[in-house]
Amino acid sequence: MVEARIVERQGMFKDYDPAGFYCEMLGAAGTGLAHTEALRQRIDRLKLKALQRRAADTERELYNLGITFTIYSQKDSIDRILPFDVIPRVIAAHEWAAMEEGLVQRLTAMNLFLRDIYHDQKILKDGVVPAELVLKNTNYRPEMEGVDLRHGTYIHICGVDIIRDQEGQFRVLEDNGRTPSGVSYVVENRHLMFRAFPDLVEGFGIRPVSTYGLHLRDAMAEIAPEGIDDPQIVLLSPGAFNSAYFEHVFLAREMGVPLVEGQDLIVEDDQVMMKTTAGRKRVDVIYRRINDDFLDPEVFEPSSLLGVPGLMRVYRKGRVALANAVGTGVADDKAVYAYMPRIIKYYLDQEPILPNVETMICREKEALAYTLDNLKDLVVKPVGESGGYGITVGPKSSAEELEACRKQLLAKPENFISQPTIGLSVCPTLTTNGLRPRHVDLRPFLITGSSTWVLPGGLTRVALKRGSLVVNSSQGGGTKDTWVLE
Amino acid sequence: MSNGSLLSRFAEHHLWLARYVERTENLARILDVNETFARDNTGVQDWLPIVHLHADDEAFFAEHQEASAKAVVEFYIADRDNPNSIIESIRAARENARSLRHLISIELWAQLNVFYGWLTDLKKRDYDLRNLSKLCSRIKEQCQLHTGIAEGTMFRDQAFAFYNLGRQIERADQLTRLVDIKYHRLLPKVSDVGSAIDVSQWNALLRSVAGYQAFRRTHPSGMTPALVAGFLLFNPGFPRSLATCVREIRRLADALADDPGLEGKRLPPGPLEHLQEQTIQPIDQVIDRGLHEFLDKVQLNLIELAEAIGNTYFDQSPLDTQTQTQTQGVA
Repeated sequence: MVEARIVERQGMFKDYDPAGFYCEMLGAAGTGLAHTEALRQRIDRLKLKALQRRAADTERELYNLGITFTIYSQKDSIDRILPFDVIPRVIAAHEWAAMEEGLVQRLTAMNLFLRDIYHDQKILKDGVVPAELVLKNTNYRPEMEGVDLRHGTYIHICGVDIIRDQEGQFRVLEDNGRTPSGVSYVVENRHLMFRAFPDLVEGFGIRPVSTYGLHLRDAMAEIAPEGIDDPQIVLLSPGAFNSAYFEHVFLAREMGVPLVEGQDLIVEDDQVMMKTTAGRKRVDVIYRRINDDFLDPEVFEPSSLLGVPGLMRVYRKGRVALANAVGTGVADDKAVYAYMPRIIKYYLDQEPILPNVETMICREKEALAYTLDNLKDLVVKPVGESGGYGITVGPKSSAEELEACRKQLLAKPENFISQPTIGLSVCPTLTTNGLRPRHVDLRPFLITGSSTWVLPGGLTRVALKRGSLVVNSSQGGGTKDTWVLE
Repeated sequence: MSNGSLLSRFAEHHLWLARYVERTENLARILDVNETFARDNTGVQDWLPIVHLHADDEAFFAEHQEASAKAVVEFYIADRDNPNSIIESIRAARENARSLRHLISIELWAQLNVFYGWLTDLKKRDYDLRNLSKLCSRIKEQCQLHTGIAEGTMFRDQAFAFYNLGRQIERADQLTRLVDIKYHRLLPKVSDVGSAIDVSQWNALLRSVAGYQAFRRTHPSGMTPALVAGFLLFNPGFPRSLATCVREIRRLADALADDPGLEGKRLPPGPLEHLQEQTIQPIDQVIDRGLHEFLDKVQLNLIELAEAIGNTYFDQSPLDTQTQTQTQGVA
């Protein structure tokens, strides 16, 4: 350990300083984590110029291979890559074991919650979650009431946004139970890393991510309508003009299934059929990357050309399976998020293994009082569809802004939650000046058919701008390869 | 794809992918030789036939006053408003390939992606007349590279047959247009027969389809309009002749009819049989009866053949034929 630190001060890590944040490479005190030591030594010996040249090569490769998202203007389309940072983020085996357990627990509770609210609504009757929070939520779909799904699975593909706080504790920031995206970058980043940095990767026991397609296909087969042995699975995309189209291509290829658009499908005699060169063929399972609203113009948005008229009719009769199920959006809503610890407790009688970011539900008296007393230290967020007041970040707000926030809180406390500000963990990231700390989050992916499988790793997003906490690709975010060690 | 079924839309994308690349290659060949081709016996170049060839008179003269070399070259290489330009053809090819990305090899996609990126980066000086030949060679080679990757990596299923159908239909279409325009233009005045300019133009016509050596193997001496037209239309060994294209189309249509995945679907009799009959006539008889009329009928049969393929395999109701065509036009 002592030797390693001396090497750090001489090489790539010479000027690296996490400035008090938890560092994914160095840990809480910034002194070094045992499971990253060998990697740090290898990185430390690299030359900045060479590393930058190799990093530029990887970006060109992403562009040539079309691992891109597309921005359309009137006349042309511009392909953008998601910037790839070559310094991996490493997660120790024991940390991941706890993460996996926590994720499965949370998703199990979410599926039980969805089954309950679309059937007996016990949790609402017991007053654990306020009924109007669920029933008046725009993502609640009455069309799903009484519909039975195989294995009781609603969220077949789930992405959970995780952050790590200053103490090194992983916390859930947000659940994505509708059509979470990003998994293609997890797999492609790994391929890229192996091709471009064999010298960094060699000899580490990194758990593979390339089996994602196989697991997904198996899960899709498990949810096919009863009695169908060799189901026809398709991936339904809004089309080549969608910005996430590369991911749709990737998933269809990895699963070995047709990548269809709404125009390729048609409902005939209570079956979903696809138009093939040999005529029309039955479709049994649809992994759809289209939001509920656009799925079936007969039931939802009538102007939608992306969906399939009559699809919901077939779905409700159980003659086609949809992944994810319709109406899952109510479970990943901000308002419901705050209740997740209680939802886990209610259905599983367990304490959450993965905590939420500490959240005050302002409709509750004590929480409101606490929020009002500590306004300047808290982030106040509007929930659900309660309107466009926006977020108030206490430490960055003026006295007037805080006063306005106070008034809104007093007028309609049920529209708000509050959370402490959190110092996101950082990871060494390659910049023009060398390695610098940049904030990261993590989106692990879970696949559920009859049981749940967690992809070992996930999408690490990194805020490439100094000091920025925004990891979104639209606002200067990039990605990193995420290693879960054996 | 499981159980061998192919989405109609993917079959269509395969067909159009090949058509757009073939179209690009033909255009690059024509632009490449036009410098020689277009020079008449006074040494003045005429680029107008290229505009006629693509039936683009209206679109071209909406933008340009005269068919100068510069204007025509720019119109056919880099004009984003011209759907027949090389950059727009490769864009369309790439869009079709984009929709097939989960079915085709990564290499096939990546090459088109890089090819298109290179075309979008071209500067005016790159298609300056002095650099034109070099540029056209490069474009032609990129098309050939595409064809090679397709041959080497495409899964041999019905999709591959649709892909090759697209190539052969487009090749036959381009060849017959070329012969139609050039034959009339190149019919020599009595005084010019055998002159240097006359021979060089026939030479250039053959070169534009890489047919000079093949022609010489068939006809060691002599070069008359009838011989050249006969060779281009009916020679069974020349890969770009109408006869070869039609024979290939027949073979592909039969392969589709026999494909178990297609459950016995076959083209209705008609246009393809007419095309076959057309390719077994003596050239002198064709010329006597009117070459232009003959080529017109070939073009009509090619259009009907493409429609028959759409109706048989692409699940097109008459209602959406129009939108399909439009989609293909811009897609």
